[in-house]
Amino acid sequence: MGDRVGTPAIEARSLSKVFGAGADAVRALDDVSLTIRQNEFFTLLGPSGCGKTTLLRLIGGFEQPSQGDVFLEGQQLTGLPPFKRPINTVFQSYALFPHLTVGQNIAFGLEMLGRPKEKRTARVEQMLALVKLQGYANRKPAQLSGGQQQRVALARALASQPKVLLLDEPLSALDLKLRKEMQIELKRLQTETGITFVFVTHDQEEALTMSDRIAVMDSGKILQIGSPTEIYEHPQRRFVADFIGETNFLEGRITEANGAAVAQLACGHNLTLNGPGQKGSGGGQRVTLAVRPERAEIVPPQGEGLPATVGAVVYMGTDTTYHLTLADGTPFTVRSQNHEGARLDLASGAAVKIRIAPAAIQRLAD
Amino acid sequence: MTGSATSKRFLQIAPALAIIGFFMLAPLGLMAYVSILEKGLNGGVVWDLHTSEAYVNFIFERDLDDSLILNTDYLQIFARSFGLSLLTAALALAIGFPTALYMSMQPEGRRNLLIFLVTIPFWTNLLVRNYAWILLLRNGGLVENLLHWLGIAADQPLGLLYTPYAVSIGLTYSYLPFMVLPIYASLEKLDSRLIEAAFDLGADRRRALLRVILPLAAPGIAAGCVLVFVPALGAYVTPELLGGGKSMMIGNLIQSQFGAARNWPFGAALAFALLTIVLLAMMVYLIRFRRAPAGGH
Repeated sequence: MGDRVGTPAIEARSLSKVFGAGADAVRALDDVSLTIRQNEFFTLLGPSGCGKTTLLRLIGGFEQPSQGDVFLEGQQLTGLPPFKRPINTVFQSYALFPHLTVGQNIAFGLEMLGRPKEKRTARVEQMLALVKLQGYANRKPAQLSGGQQQRVALARALASQPKVLLLDEPLSALDLKLRKEMQIELKRLQTETGITFVFVTHDQEEALTMSDRIAVMDSGKILQIGSPTEIYEHPQRRFVADFIGETNFLEGRITEANGAAVAQLACGHNLTLNGPGQKGSGGGQRVTLAVRPERAEIVPPQGEGLPATVGAVVYMGTDTTYHLTLADGTPFTVRSQNHEGARLDLASGAAVKIRIAPAAIQRLAD
Repeated sequence: MTGSATSKRFLQIAPALAIIGFFMLAPLGLMAYVSILEKGLNGGVVWDLHTSEAYVNFIFERDLDDSLILNTDYLQIFARSFGLSLLTAALALAIGFPTALYMSMQPEGRRNLLIFLVTIPFWTNLLVRNYAWILLLRNGGLVENLLHWLGIAADQPLGLLYTPYAVSIGLTYSYLPFMVLPIYASLEKLDSRLIEAAFDLGADRRRALLRVILPLAAPGIAAGCVLVFVPALGAYVTPELLGGGKSMMIGNLIQSQFGAARNWPFGAALAFALLTIVLLAMMVYLIRFRRAPAGGH
């Protein structure tokens, strides 16, 4: 994932989009800047209404920004209609033309570009092979299953070799098994074609499995951009930590003991932190800490750690989730893998301690 | 199936059958019968004299020595009716499609208002509306003054009224809602994301219209054309008022046979000829635009 030399595929500079006017105005996108690299699988992740689809539509040219500019490989796109942008879209509903055959659908973009008929036919065959739908050229979209329609939509959008492919929650209509298949398929297509993919989803798992980088969005703003590992392991904001995966939040104040950063938690116990820049942060500053359930460990009450009481124990086959309560009532979840079978010693009401390694603790900005 | 189930079914559809039988089949049968009767001297028919004279009269004239001579007068009226009706359908399509397209692109509240406005002319009697067109089209009328003022036409009476064009304008006006509404219905169902997809794939507005919007609106366009063409073919009031008797159409011919000419069998035969032609046109429409069964080949 090294830095690619060259101009970014997409660059957004302080983009804002306001829908409506006056008191009813909705700021769907609020001063968003981002850079998407060439040949990257980039995901915009966030809950519905966070502005991710609006950002995608601004890149595609279906909406014009209220403020700011979009650049494609250094060239300004603002004001250009969608049909003048070498960017294609896979729509959430696929939007296949029902009156055209699969082959005609795939050839549509090439036809609009004025490619001769022989080239179009050859390209359609090539695209059908790419999405593994050989022999389907003469079917109508209505005769295909949802997954096959999805592949046709991909083939149609990729046929004219766009610089960037936009994907607007394309997998949301598929069932779970098909969705998993298509996730792998999409990643393969992106690698094979070398086209920059900008993928919109509200499904954090989808984002983590496919993306090179993820932008987490909320309320029209980008909260954090990073690789899946960075986003999951080192969330900077409470929203990011909460939205992606499960997280325990601990409130406390920062102090220093023996030259190391220590958090004085609300439950009255201390937690040693590490990481650079924590020593100089001064005493008594309020802080929120995030700990992933799988990064904490339950130890016997005579061990080192935060005292807690076991609540519900949920056995899930490969692992078990323990819902614990700290001394001040803060809930804390620990998930541990069942390496040696189910642990039967941890019944509801048992007093235990939670051991959290300093590296497992993430300090949040808010 | 048991006998009682069959009769129960029959009872359930009996009201519909009665309405179709009483209001459609019986009058049609009566008219078919009239068309093969001898005409009475003072109108009406002689009920026990059967002849195919009415159908012969449509194409041939009987000479004094009883030999048949080809007479194209009636065929010409049919041809004119077809020409004017086609022109009317074409004009209604040219005006109706952009109107329907515009309506379908409006926000929902305004769309309902526009549909309401399209149907407003129906509230006024057709006769009154056609008289209004006489005032508009006559020499010194509003249309002529407007054309003079715009400098499109020379500053002299244009004689717009009592021409086939006046008839076509009047018919277009009368039947325009029948064009707008079915096209609007098909455009409203059209998924706007398909148009976005066309733009996305490089189609400009014109090609998005030609390649995506028009083909998907085709059933509505065909329905609109049939709904305008068929009643225009049988129109009576408009050619009478705006054509001034000079542009006789089938409707006027049939009326004159039952009226002044006192030739009921011939009037009935003409009506049947018209019906046959309309049915053929409908069959062409049905064959051309029959929806493929879902998932079929």
